[in-house]
Amino acid sequence: MKKDIILAGVGGQGILSIAACIGLAAVSAGMNLKQAEVHGMSQRGGDVQSHLRISDDEIHSDLIPQGKADMIISVEPMESLRYLPMLDSDGWVITNIAPFVNISNYPSVEEIIKEIEKVPNHIAIDADKIAKEIKSVKSANMVILGAASKHVGISYEELQNGVRMLFKKKGEDVINANLRALDEGRKFAI
Amino acid sequence: MQKLLLLGDEAIAQAAIDAGISGIYAYPGTPSTEITEFVQHSREAKEKGIRSAWSTNEKTAMEAALGMSYAGKRAMVCMKHVGLNVAADPFVNSAITGANGGLIIVAADDPSMHSSQNEQDSRAFAKFALMPVLEPSNQQEAYDMVHYGFDISEKYKIPVMLRITTRLAHSRAGVAKKDSKNQNEIKLPTNLRQFVLLPSIARKQYKSLLENQTPFEIESENSGFNQYIDGKNKKLGIITTGIAYNYLMENYPGNTLEHPLLKITQYPVPRKLVDKLYNECEEILVLEEGSPMIEELLRGLLDKGKKIFGRLDGTVPRDGELNPVIVAKAMGLKTEEGLNIPGNVVGRPPSLCAGCPHIDSVVALNQALAKYAKGNVFSDIGCYTLAALPPYESINSCVDMGASITMAKGAADAGLKPAVAVIGDSTFTHSGITGLLDAVNDKSNITVVILDNATTGMTGGQNSSAFGHIENICKGLGVEEEHIIVMNPIRSKNEENIAIIKKELEYDGVSVLIPRRECIQTIARKSKEKRAGK
Ligand SMILES: Cc1ncc(C[n+]2csc(CCOP(=O)(O)OP(=O)(O)O)c2C)c(N)n1
Ligand code: SF4
Repeated sequence: MKKDIILAGVGGQGILSIAACIGLAAVSAGMNLKQAEVHGMSQRGGDVQSHLRISDDEIHSDLIPQGKADMIISVEPMESLRYLPMLDSDGWVITNIAPFVNISNYPSVEEIIKEIEKVPNHIAIDADKIAKEIKSVKSANMVILGAASKHVGISYEELQNGVRMLFKKKGEDVINANLRALDEGRKFAI
Repeated sequence: MQKLLLLGDEAIAQAAIDAGISGIYAYPGTPSTEITEFVQHSREAKEKGIRSAWSTNEKTAMEAALGMSYAGKRAMVCMKHVGLNVAADPFVNSAITGANGGLIIVAADDPSMHSSQNEQDSRAFAKFALMPVLEPSNQQEAYDMVHYGFDISEKYKIPVMLRITTRLAHSRAGVAKKDSKNQNEIKLPTNLRQFVLLPSIARKQYKSLLENQTPFEIESENSGFNQYIDGKNKKLGIITTGIAYNYLMENYPGNTLEHPLLKITQYPVPRKLVDKLYNECEEILVLEEGSPMIEELLRGLLDKGKKIFGRLDGTVPRDGELNPVIVAKAMGLKTEEGLNIPGNVVGRPPSLCAGCPHIDSVVALNQALAKYAKGNVFSDIGCYTLAALPPYESINSCVDMGASITMAKGAADAGLKPAVAVIGDSTFTHSGITGLLDAVNDKSNITVVILDNATTGMTGGQNSSAFGHIENICKGLGVEEEHIIVMNPIRSKNEENIAIIKKELEYDGVSVLIPRRECIQTIARKSKEKRAGK
């Protein structure tokens, strides 16, 4: 098993917690992992991406080759499109559709969603709205991960364990809120 | 044993702790910052009493590390590539003094300039200084090389460079730890003149550095880090340096590469291994993460030998970092293009945080300067450099840390009026103080704006050496007290601030304005930490 995942978003939106959940789950399932993160300058409100690679075999490159990613998981709709050149022809785009508008020339959201719908395999989810409905606005990330959970190549139980490990220090309430968010995302995608 | 999931930077830090360092010295700089931060946050490092606070700049860090090495203890010093320019004097001379306790200099290069003003290759600096270099291709190697680096540093009494690049520094992978070593006891050099570079002594020391190049090269050939991997298709031989190896192997899953391969991760260049590859293969491809240093050596001045492919003939782009697709193309393999980016996707450049104090400072400065022609503001490196972009477009230079004050001075000397320098608090103590002294001594007609947000914002909010010292430093340098003015950069004080700046722009001499308000990111972080602590 091998999955190459591009995580996308805007600096400060916390794409790394999605990466960490998948990563913790993959490693405890005995898989190899490489994950290239973006630190520094580009975090200052700019676009950010992370390359997450998990595999049963040895992983060489820290970067996913162009056109070979199995999936783009994005916490922001326009950002999900920025990395389309990275996606394999039968790869998935799984994205939040709630825009993060910090630039004056942000395009029309309807047009962006139309473009997302042109990708043959896509899941477009309003993770912000779902997170609000379950009164856990900070868990929108986990809603998106839940929506992607069928495709990340790790069993759902292992992913849930990843969530538990990631939020262990924050206590039972935070863990449960995030597990709930994961569930809601998964339900949406089914 | 369960592997640890570590960034390349973290693997280096953990290795340094395990290899028995007594201190780590650094000034922040992407992509090196996380090495020192890891040690600062490590409970183990605290228990072992490893010192790890930030230095004022890379030169002070390098010299302090050399001092610790003099005292017989192991030290690491970390910096980004351009930091090595600042530390160049002690760095180059440290190869001549040599080390006593093990000393590793980590230089973190940033090909493709993700967060930098250039993409210089630190291996060139090490070659210049005749210092051995280790260049890990993955996180485990980074960990192992720190242990090995301290061993050879103490064996040959030589500082060693560990050269990494952004991808390795900021990429996470599983790393297996080795046993921990104890720290060294204090033990001064047996020769108390080792570190005295008087010409008569330096000449001797330099000769022995030159003589040591042979054993360094033998180490390179035998340590096992440089690997010759034979292949049956000798039409092409390949040399990779550092992480270029990964991009090559990515294209040959299951080790299906048929060409002989020399994987270089240790310098001086292992000539015997290069010779073998050159003799056995018809043509050579060189894949280097950085500048074409080995490629240039192979081609020589006249390039009349075998056909060489690499960055200099366009097989690989001349600049920027490598990736699997660039390497696939160099190997003549098929590559994928993926889907196109839809036309309505627009750029999202980094910007100043909403509520950032720098915004109020540059807005007031723009208004105060409105009656003059544009182009009078010299600046520096930090979050405020983003004020070069719309909507502010307030500054006209960013060259190297500290250059704002000295460039403003030079332009004022040339007759430019007004000449304004805009510099951050951390950058001011890093490299601005000496330039301000020049301006005071010369009675230059400049207005210096020191943006005091009480932190080193751009690199993630590390403590600033300037904290609590700025006015006293300026006073001590001889800036007149009535021209050292602290301002409050908030919107409600805008008119007042404009008036202050206008007045100082008119003043004939050195004036220093200090807009002082804390970075909102560090305020937010501190209150979060406080809540978590309760
Ligand atoms: C020689 C050198 N060392 C380190 C850096 C990395 N660096 C860029 S900006 C900066 C900090 C600037 O801090 P400050 O001047 O206080 O400005 P702020 O970002 O807080 O606005 C650092 C460390 C660099 N570019 N050059
Ligand atoms: S990190 Fe701090 S100094 Fe930098 S832009 Fe944000 S608020 Fe301003």
